[in-house]
Amino acid sequence: MTTLTASQPGTAGSAGAPRRGVLSRVLDKAGGGLVQVVLIVLALFWLLPTLGLLVVSLRGDTDNNSSGWWTFFTKPAQMTFDNYSNLLASGFTSSFWNTVAITVPATILVIGIAAMAGYAFAWMEFPGRDALFLVVIALLVVPIQIALIPIAKMYGFLGIFGSIPGVVLFHVAFGLPFAIFLLRNFFVGIPKELLEAARMDGAAEWKIFATVVFPLAKPAVASLGIFQFLWVWNDLLIALVFADTNAQPMTKALQSQMRQFGTNVDILAPGAFLSLIIPLVLFFSFQRYFVQGLMAGSVK
Amino acid sequence: MTERLDGPQTPRGGDDVARGASPGPDETTETKGEVTTHPALDDDVATGESGALPQLATGGPASPKARYGGSGNLGPAPKVAVFFLLPAVVLLGAWVVYPIVYSIIRSLYDANGGTFVGADNYAAIFSDSGTLTTIRNNLIWVVLAPSLVTALGLIFAVLTERIRWATAFKLVVFMPMAVSLLASGVIFRLVYEQDPDKGVANAVITSVHDLFASSSGYPGARPRENDQAPALVDKGAVVTRQAAQAGQPVLIPLVGMKPEALPSGAAAARSAPEAPGELSGTVWLDFTPGGGTANKIDGNEKGLPEVTVEAVSGGAVKATTTTAADGSFHFTGLPQGSYQVRLPQSNFTQPFSGVTWLGPTLITPAIIGAFIWVWAGFAMVLIAAGLSAIPRDALEAARIDGATEWQVFRSITIPLLSPVLLVVLVTMIINTLKVFDLVFVIAPGSVQPQANVIALEMWRVSFGGGGNQGLGSALAIFLLVLVLPFMAINIRRFRREQA
Repeated sequence: MTTLTASQPGTAGSAGAPRRGVLSRVLDKAGGGLVQVVLIVLALFWLLPTLGLLVVSLRGDTDNNSSGWWTFFTKPAQMTFDNYSNLLASGFTSSFWNTVAITVPATILVIGIAAMAGYAFAWMEFPGRDALFLVVIALLVVPIQIALIPIAKMYGFLGIFGSIPGVVLFHVAFGLPFAIFLLRNFFVGIPKELLEAARMDGAAEWKIFATVVFPLAKPAVASLGIFQFLWVWNDLLIALVFADTNAQPMTKALQSQMRQFGTNVDILAPGAFLSLIIPLVLFFSFQRYFVQGLMAGSVK
Repeated sequence: MTERLDGPQTPRGGDDVARGASPGPDETTETKGEVTTHPALDDDVATGESGALPQLATGGPASPKARYGGSGNLGPAPKVAVFFLLPAVVLLGAWVVYPIVYSIIRSLYDANGGTFVGADNYAAIFSDSGTLTTIRNNLIWVVLAPSLVTALGLIFAVLTERIRWATAFKLVVFMPMAVSLLASGVIFRLVYEQDPDKGVANAVITSVHDLFASSSGYPGARPRENDQAPALVDKGAVVTRQAAQAGQPVLIPLVGMKPEALPSGAAAARSAPEAPGELSGTVWLDFTPGGGTANKIDGNEKGLPEVTVEAVSGGAVKATTTTAADGSFHFTGLPQGSYQVRLPQSNFTQPFSGVTWLGPTLITPAIIGAFIWVWAGFAMVLIAAGLSAIPRDALEAARIDGATEWQVFRSITIPLLSPVLLVVLVTMIINTLKVFDLVFVIAPGSVQPQANVIALEMWRVSFGGGGNQGLGSALAIFLLVLVLPFMAINIRRFRREQA
């Protein structure tokens, strides 16, 4: 039975299970077609909302108030960039740069600090190491709400409440548990011989970390970097509490317009779209990296 | 059996590995596996160390103890370790651990922090009707959202399994994870707009509705309210005052609406051509600006098209017809006799304008819809990875033994997949407990009390005008307590894996 199966799975299948005859194959085909149709409809469900945002952002106020964005496809001539130019003229660019000024340092700092800690957890001996690492794991699920009030107090005391550094540090602290966890697990997988060879040569620990281990971790660092970047870029709550108007990123600037959603669509739609361009570009340029990487992983 | 296992099947993901850009499949695997879960940030442990997902298990060496404990003889002095750990420990200590302690203490004091109130803030959470609503909403979230996301992710993963454009589909569904929840909120505010000419959800619903039920209503249209008017209102319907016979045109003049509100197809009204033996008549807007004779069809007066007209005799509807563009109607094949002509109430109701998504009743389900839109891709990608890790031969063996596809799915796929499903479910539960942005952005200000959740209430109470940091701290602690079981699960899982 086994050998037969291995060599001629088709025949074995039909012999063992007579119901897989012509009829069932026809049904399979039809079913396959149906699945395609269902998936196309589902894909539309996922695409249309974002497409709607884009089209609304490209239409004038009067058009948006009188007809649905989907009429755009029958009258494409109504497209205009007025909403975007108005938005940029209204000072939205400064919140764009605030977003950048928060996201870039928060990402770099998390990678650097977590890589050092992860290295220590993976390759150094010190008392209480395992217990400390369990603490890191425990902190993974701590909701940021817990820190809003105490850190607001602390920032008031330090005089950094409302400023970009305060927002950055908060992001770094709450990004660390995951980052340490991820990088430590990666470092543990690096062949021991590599490190031992370097240590035998008498290289300083810092040098081993910077020239041997960290460069090896590029894939892990890259993925961590992308996700930390997206997380900080997309944050609203931390900015809401810790960034004042001068330091506010795009999410907070847009949120302040939500109250009059109906009349502010001409600001909100282009603003939301601008805020998601960079994440989407990142996502599409690295999609292989995470989606296919995930698929590749499943072979194991 | 053994032969079959060693058979020539190629793992389905084989070519994907080859296409991977990173140096070695091992690294690719491990990083990416974990990383996809990151937007959930805190929740990733759940996936990360589960060991349930094969791609996630690659991090640890086969025998971790042997390898990572063994470097002691060559490793640096603990002092060096302190140097490497210091920045992380300081940040975690001051920004995460200290606030937990501070919040516990602060939650025992009043709004200003001056007076010790014991557990009063906690009592307030469970007695105030506003916070009870938030707890109820969180409960709805936890019951509905994670299971729906997981179920949908499973369905998507299964459906895409044999589809050639699966990657494209996955990209599309996964994409919202890259977008901020604020932007997703704006997107769904647009989707859920009440006006079917603005919100795509109601546009779809009203057009589907209109396929099955005519929506050409004339709200407000009515006969004149005097004794000369040939028709009057009876229980919402418009009926003729006198019984009508065949060959004697029925006039039903209506007022109460603006000529501009007529459908564009409406033509100038005219009396129905007399046909012997047929009951006929005209429904029209009996209004000429600045003149015209009441109850008579004047030059420019327009007919009301698509009005449902019933011929009633002895309380029963004998025939139904609709008016033409000029407002005329006639019943064919109606037995001789005298009838009352009735325009049923359905002609005068407001046209169906869709569902009030953002109203107080539907707001939470509507926001959960947006949540599912954001997270289904995450569930799908993880479950798809789990699916392709299921050994083909186990499925084949069952099929050869005569199991139906459904039996294979139920008794083999699902059990083998259950660790992954659990990981997705737990991640989503933690996420729904902390849900904030979507509720804050999608719920309009007036319905936020009905849509409120704990995380939002915590912000509102402490920063968004509430000014009560005692209650805010208590809510934050409450939230922390809710995620504690998952913290324990994570730690236990990690220890088991290391053992």
